Formats: sequence, C-alpha cells, structure tokens
Amino acid sequence: MLATSLYNSIETESGDSIWWALLRIGIIVGFILAVVPGIIWWERRLLSWFQDRIGPNRVGPFGFLQPIADGIKLFLKEEVIPDKVDRLIYMIAPAIALFPAFVILATTPWGPNKLLTPIADVDIGILWILAISSLGVYGVVLGGWASNNKYSLLGGIRSAAQLVSYELAMGVALYCVALPSGSLRLTEMVQRQFEPLYGQEWLQSWFILTPFGLVAGVIFFICMVAETNRAPFDLPEAESELIAGFHTEYSSMKFAVFFMGEYATMLAFSAIFAVLFFGGWSPLPLNLEYLAGLAANNGMGWLASALTFLLNPWLAPFWFLGKATLFLTFFIWIRATLPRLRYDQLMALGWKYLLPIAALNFVVVAIWMMYGWPAMFGAFGLLILIYATYVATVRIPKAKKFGPSVTLIDMPANTDTTIEVTRS
Amino acid sequence: MTVETVAFVILSLLAVISAVGVIAFKSPVRSAICLAGNFFILGVLYFMMNYDLIGISQILVYTGLIMMLFLFVILLLNLSAPQMLQEKSYIKWWGAVAVAGALGIVVFSQVIMPLEWAVNPTSNPELGTTKSVGTALFSNYVYGFEICSILLLVGIVGSILLAKRRG
Repeated sequence: MLATSLYNSIETESGDSIWWALLRIGIIVGFILAVVPGIIWWERRLLSWFQDRIGPNRVGPFGFLQPIADGIKLFLKEEVIPDKVDRLIYMIAPAIALFPAFVILATTPWGPNKLLTPIADVDIGILWILAISSLGVYGVVLGGWASNNKYSLLGGIRSAAQLVSYELAMGVALYCVALPSGSLRLTEMVQRQFEPLYGQEWLQSWFILTPFGLVAGVIFFICMVAETNRAPFDLPEAESELIAGFHTEYSSMKFAVFFMGEYATMLAFSAIFAVLFFGGWSPLPLNLEYLAGLAANNGMGWLASALTFLLNPWLAPFWFLGKATLFLTFFIWIRATLPRLRYDQLMALGWKYLLPIAALNFVVVAIWMMYGWPAMFGAFGLLILIYATYVATVRIPKAKKFGPSVTLIDMPANTDTTIEVTRS
Repeated sequence: MTVETVAFVILSLLAVISAVGVIAFKSPVRSAICLAGNFFILGVLYFMMNYDLIGISQILVYTGLIMMLFLFVILLLNLSAPQMLQEKSYIKWWGAVAVAGALGIVVFSQVIMPLEWAVNPTSNPELGTTKSVGTALFSNYVYGFEICSILLLVGIVGSILLAKRRG
C-alpha cells in the first residue's frame, strides 16, 4: 500500500527532513497558484448569475479556462509605468500584497497528519495570523503612495485606516475562541472542536454552534471581509470615487499580481474561518466515530462502514477545502448583495459596534470558563437585556426627539391636468 | 554546515543589508520600508532560535508600528513620490559617523567579543514558548505586568481626552 507507507513515513521522524519541507512548500505554493484562477472563474460566474447574466462561458468547458486566457492577456499587455513614480517601491508593492496569503496558508492544518499541515504547525498560530495579515496593508499603502497619484494615495490611506480598525475586533474575536481552546496552536484548536457539545456525546462542539462562538464567528467574518478589501468594504478601490484606488496606475502583470493577492488572501481567510469556527477538517458537526459505533451495535454495519469511511484522513483536505469554498462563495454573495459602505459608516461599524461586542463576548467566554454553561447563558441574557434597556430608554426616545431629518409632505392632488391613458 | 546555519547566514545578511538601507536611502519612505523589513527578519531570526512568542511580538508590534511611522511621514512631511530628503550639512554627517563608530566599538568590544563566535543558532525549545512566557508573566512578574497594563490604560484614556479637547 503506497498510501499507507507514505503516511507512516510522514508520521515518523523522516517527515522532518528538508526534502519533506520542500515538498510541503511546493504543495502549498503550487496549490495556491493553481486555485486562484479557479476562484476568479467562480466569482465571475456567480456574479453573472446573481446579476441575471450568463458570464464567461466560451473559453473551455463552462468558461473555466477564461481566467487563464485573461492571465495570458495580462502577461502580454504593454506595461505602462508612469514617469514620476518611486520605481523601487512601485515594483515591490504587488509582491508584498501577495505575500501574506502564502504565509498564512502555510500554517493552516488541512488534515490530521503532518503532510496535510502544510509547512509549520506553529505554537503561536493565532498571533501569527494576526501579525501576518496586518502586513497585507503594506502592499496596498505602498502601491498607493508610490503611484504618485492623488486617488491612489487616498485609496492607500483609507486602506490603512480600515485595516487598523478592523484588526482590533478581529483579534478580540479570535481570542474568544482561543480562550476555551487553551492554546494558540491551530491543530489543537481544531482538536478542541471535536469534543462533545453541551454534553451530547454525538455532537461536536464546532465553535460556530456555541453562543459565544457564533458571535465571535460573525464578527470575524465581517472583519475578514474588511481585511481583504472586498465589497462592501472595498473603499480603497472604490471605483465610483477613486477610479481604481491604489492600483489605478498599475497595468499588465503588476495589476494581475495585486488581483491574485486579493483572491489568495480571500482563500487564506476562508481557510482560517473553517479552521477556527467550523471544525477544520471534520466533515460534519457530528461525532462520527461514536455514531458508527452506535450503528454497528444496532446491526447497521453498512452505515458504520460509511461513517468510518468519511473519517479517512486522506479525505480530510476535501472537507476542509469544501468549507473554504463555501466561505469564498459567501464573499462573492455579499459582494453581489450589499452596497458599499460610506467611510464614516465603516469606521462606526468597526469601532462602535464590532469592537465593544467582541470585548463583551470575551467577558462572556471568561465567565463560561469559570462558572460553566448556565452562568454563561445567564450572562448572555443579561447583556442582551442591558442592551435592550439601553435601546428602549436612550436610543428610541432620542430618535423620536430628533426624528428623521427629511419629512415627506403630502402633495395635494393636481386636479388641473389629467393624464389620458389610451389603450389600443 | 547545517540547513540552520545556511538559513541563518542568509537571514543575517538580509538583516544587515536592510539596516544599512535604513540610513542609506534618501527617501524617508524607503527608509521606513527597510526598517520594517529589518524588524521582520529579526522576528524570523527569533523563530529560528525557537523564541516563537518574542519573534511574533517583534513582527506584530514593530513591523505593524512602522505602518504608523510611514503614515506620519506621508501626512506630516507631505512628500510626493519623487521628492527626497537630503542632509546638506557635512559637519553633521561627519559627527554622525564619529558617534556611530564609537557606538560600534563599544558594542563590538562588550557584546560581540565575549560571545566567541556562537556556532549553534538554536536554543532550548521550551524557553520561548507561549506557555512558559505566559506562566512567567502571570506568576513571578505579575506586578510588573499589571502596572504596565495600568500605564497603557492611562495612555489610551489620555489620548482620547487630548483628541476630544481639540474638537
């Protein structure tokens, strides 16, 4: 059995040799480079369906080769470098934008064994994600500044303010799940999610299924959309205001690298979301091992073997990547649905809502860690009650007092003219 | 010649080059980029020594902080891309060389010479983990830790107060 011997050799010490390290690096880099055109195709197809269009469907089956054709086109296009740019920074900015996605994906565990934890299972997993994702802003700001263009600079500075604001809420949301895991290591956080939920042996406690995890997950998702500069948070490249924002002056392959960086970062954050809130590589929030044992005891051997088959470690990457694809679809869905935020709305959302909610959630998690589930539900209910009282006593009277700034006046019906409606 | 040694040599060369770049470039933005790169490589060097938490703090705090420095450069100095800052006074230049040389002699004689050319760039793997640092912070050094947190809180409140007063 080749698969078994391969598995064994990875799990032993030889898995630490430099050749294995190079193999893992090759896997992760090759995978990202191969999958980014697929994501672009998926986005274009989905967006066109959302907008009642057909979308790219001519190049290859279902238009699948369209991004590759676009890539070749971008390679061969004339490269226009404006005269007064800071050439060195202008050149390295796209590369910096591409870098964080690779480095984050290098630490995400795809499956339960070493080969599927692509490069490093670092002790500081969550801090690593936060630190590296904060480096992504360099590419955007440097590209915006080096272009020597007002619109680009505005886009870059907006991006910096946006990322700094949303990083805080993202960090606090991540601590909310790090606290119950008792570890910052991503593999251990996934293992923690295999434990029974609410004391039910057949369920797995994916963090998204717990109350605090749901709040943290929603905050993390909003923040990750903001961190990747995607709609509705795409102010750095707001086409209606800033032409194309930070990449206005980029053409040809440099623009393509920025583009690739955006999609690779989306993939990286989707993978992180799957790992931290959706149980990583486990297929369902059910304890399949336990259920298989139950089925075998009740004489349903076929069900038991089917459930055990789902737990095969070689299938783990499929579950993991399937979840990541689902979240990528959410990204695209949100882009097709929501309009762009105004800048002040963006800042208010980040600082006035997400950060306080995340911090309160952190307190709730701490209460649960100390006093157990009933106290946590009590604290959760108390917080909702306090917020409801606040809304009822402060917000609603205030809103009534000032009222909406525009009032609609009933216009008297115009009786002088009548509109003739003729029917043929 | 292990893999670690090769990686160490490459990384330290990059660190030295980026450190020289900080003072060699005439554009303040390029200098800031070099500083960020230098801090990042220092963080990677900490990773090689198994000081994971210190390395990531280096990247999270310092490399992230350079972004702020960078924005201040853009917003306060109001430089567009082709403009450069250049020191015109040669007396200052030679003074800087003298001070840097003196500092170099002190560092070399007091810090680098006693090391007797360390050969192994790694260290005890248990020393720099999150767990050991956390345990130390919340047991032996808990007073210092709490005092630092109060200091930071005062800083945050003070900055909000100052910002509010202006408006």
